Amino acid sequence: MTSPPQAATAGNDTTTAGESASLTEEKTDTTQGTTAGRSPGQLMWMRFKRDRTGVIAGCVVIFFFAIAALAPVVGWIYGKDPYTFYGLEDMSLLDPFGYPTGSPGGVSGDHWFGVEPDLGRDVMMQLLYGMRTSLYTAVPVTIVSVILGVLLGLVGGFFGGKTDYWIGRVTDFFMALPSQLFLISTMPVVVALFVAPDKETPVYVRFLAMLIILSFLGWMGMARLVRSATLSLREREFVEAAKVSGASRWRILRKELLPNLYTPILVQGTLMLPMAILSVAFLSYVGIGYTEPTPDWGRMFQRAGEIYQDNPVYMLFPGIAMVIFIVSFNLLGDSVRDAIDPKAGR
Amino acid sequence: MLRFLIRRLSSAFVILILISAFTFLIFFAAPRDPAVLACGKNCTEAAKDIIRDNLGLNDPIAQQYWEFMRGIVMGRDFSVGRCDAPCLGVSFNTDLMVWDTIVDRLPLTLSLSLGGLVIFLTLGLGAGLMAAAKKGTVTDKTLSSMSLVFSSMQIYFLGPIVLGALVFSSGIMESPRYVPITEDPLGWFTGLLIPWFVMALIFTAQYTRMSRSSMIEQLQEEHVRTARAKGMSRPYVFFRYAWRGSLIPIVTILGMDLGALLGGAIVTEMTFSLAGIGRLAVDAVTNIDLPLTMGVMLIGATFILMCNVVVDAAYAYIDPRVRLG
Repeated sequence: MTSPPQAATAGNDTTTAGESASLTEEKTDTTQGTTAGRSPGQLMWMRFKRDRTGVIAGCVVIFFFAIAALAPVVGWIYGKDPYTFYGLEDMSLLDPFGYPTGSPGGVSGDHWFGVEPDLGRDVMMQLLYGMRTSLYTAVPVTIVSVILGVLLGLVGGFFGGKTDYWIGRVTDFFMALPSQLFLISTMPVVVALFVAPDKETPVYVRFLAMLIILSFLGWMGMARLVRSATLSLREREFVEAAKVSGASRWRILRKELLPNLYTPILVQGTLMLPMAILSVAFLSYVGIGYTEPTPDWGRMFQRAGEIYQDNPVYMLFPGIAMVIFIVSFNLLGDSVRDAIDPKAGR
Repeated sequence: MLRFLIRRLSSAFVILILISAFTFLIFFAAPRDPAVLACGKNCTEAAKDIIRDNLGLNDPIAQQYWEFMRGIVMGRDFSVGRCDAPCLGVSFNTDLMVWDTIVDRLPLTLSLSLGGLVIFLTLGLGAGLMAAAKKGTVTDKTLSSMSLVFSSMQIYFLGPIVLGALVFSSGIMESPRYVPITEDPLGWFTGLLIPWFVMALIFTAQYTRMSRSSMIEQLQEEHVRTARAKGMSRPYVFFRYAWRGSLIPIVTILGMDLGALLGGAIVTEMTFSLAGIGRLAVDAVTNIDLPLTMGVMLIGATFILMCNVVVDAAYAYIDPRVRLG
């Protein structure tokens, strides 16, 4: 378990630990290269900057988030949107069988990633907006599951006894659920909570349903991690000191324990986000998550699966984009871990 | 050992009962009238009544659950006929017994996951050991980066690529299909070869990464160094001391993976159009077939719990410090 080295210096640990959390803090000047007088956060940032793979992976991840968030802007410059049937407006784009004409997949100066067979939508716009949908779903899912996990882990670990026992049993129970099966089978039930079955399901309801189910099933790993970290921190001197000086339980949780848990939480969180993206993609792939006409990453694979025999190019762009994204995220996660805990040699 | 097994099995059984109650509550009692859910769009009042009657939905929920559980042990009678002992109900859509449908699909899922398991375990552990033994060399770097890329791939992306290359454009192999092993062992093998390998490539990557890091960790342990220092040969120490210790985290993950796979390799089955449990689950959900969904969930949970017990027993076998009981 990674525990920040300052944890032992009892009294003033809250301020330094608070700083260790802000990974993104950029006020460090590493020109001198000395380690004396720097907070753990600054040291971490220094180590991270030296790791070239990590920096590149981080840039790729930021790039993906940026183009996904800025999809409308890109679309405005590029002059297309993900919903228009370009193939119907311009008959030369698709042949009589509905397949793109010209170069494989219909890749051209007008449609950089080609056009979709049959409907003739622009693949690049579909992909950008699809990534946007996926990320906009996966980020809230990750945040909610992190909060749930941290809360339950912290409470279980700190209070111990019966509370801990029952939280532990609930965690075990959720871990024994077949998660993929549970995901797909509860989706219609949760959707039915919001919409009558004979009505069309709006997109935000699908989003809400996914948010509820995915975070419901996503917190257990985090809870176990936080619990075990809390158990070891609970007995440390600075917590004892806080107790003796009369701090309330709530204050100890918030000001003494939580700041020391930021590192494991951050590391686990970077692992959870790609998992959430893949879960959203999985739901859409099996046809239960987002459906037509919402552009979605996973739904593109579903469509690609239907047509790849005749038009493999359609699958190529979303597939390669996803591999690059997940690889970068994994590399970034590894680098963050190394930066936080340099002794854990891989 | 026996006491351990009894204790673990009974606690697994309790969790299974809880899961069944939980899913039953979600599907049959939660949001709205399940009959409306089951009936879907364009539902008439008469159709709803029939469904309610068939499911016994007019009874209180506790009684419904009791009937369901009693059916598993003793069998039940339905309007479509007698449902024998492990009775999980009758499908809304096909009027077939849920248990029979699942048993019908089980051989494919078993073949798929166990066959894949053999391949990815051999390849993954082998590659991981090799990378750990040659840490820092070109071999290690190639294996590690390959496993990084493959572990980031998805079956629904890699599968079509492999199919396109081997089946549709070159015709080297036939489309994946399932033939029972009892009928035609060779056809069973060749039919599932592509799904096995695609599945294995992705899983292998995970196991390579894990087996490598776990092995490197073990090789730095004191007892391994001591064994080397007192003059034991390198391969002996490598396998007898370090490898055995490195297996613990791998067995943990293996148990989770196997349990999940046996409950239906959903994406693999969808990608290769194979009709196993996973496919059955997706169809059941899209058709809002509650009894079938419920049945598949229970079977999936049973597999996961069974694998957990096996994993815990395996710990004791691998690591003599672990005490059972």
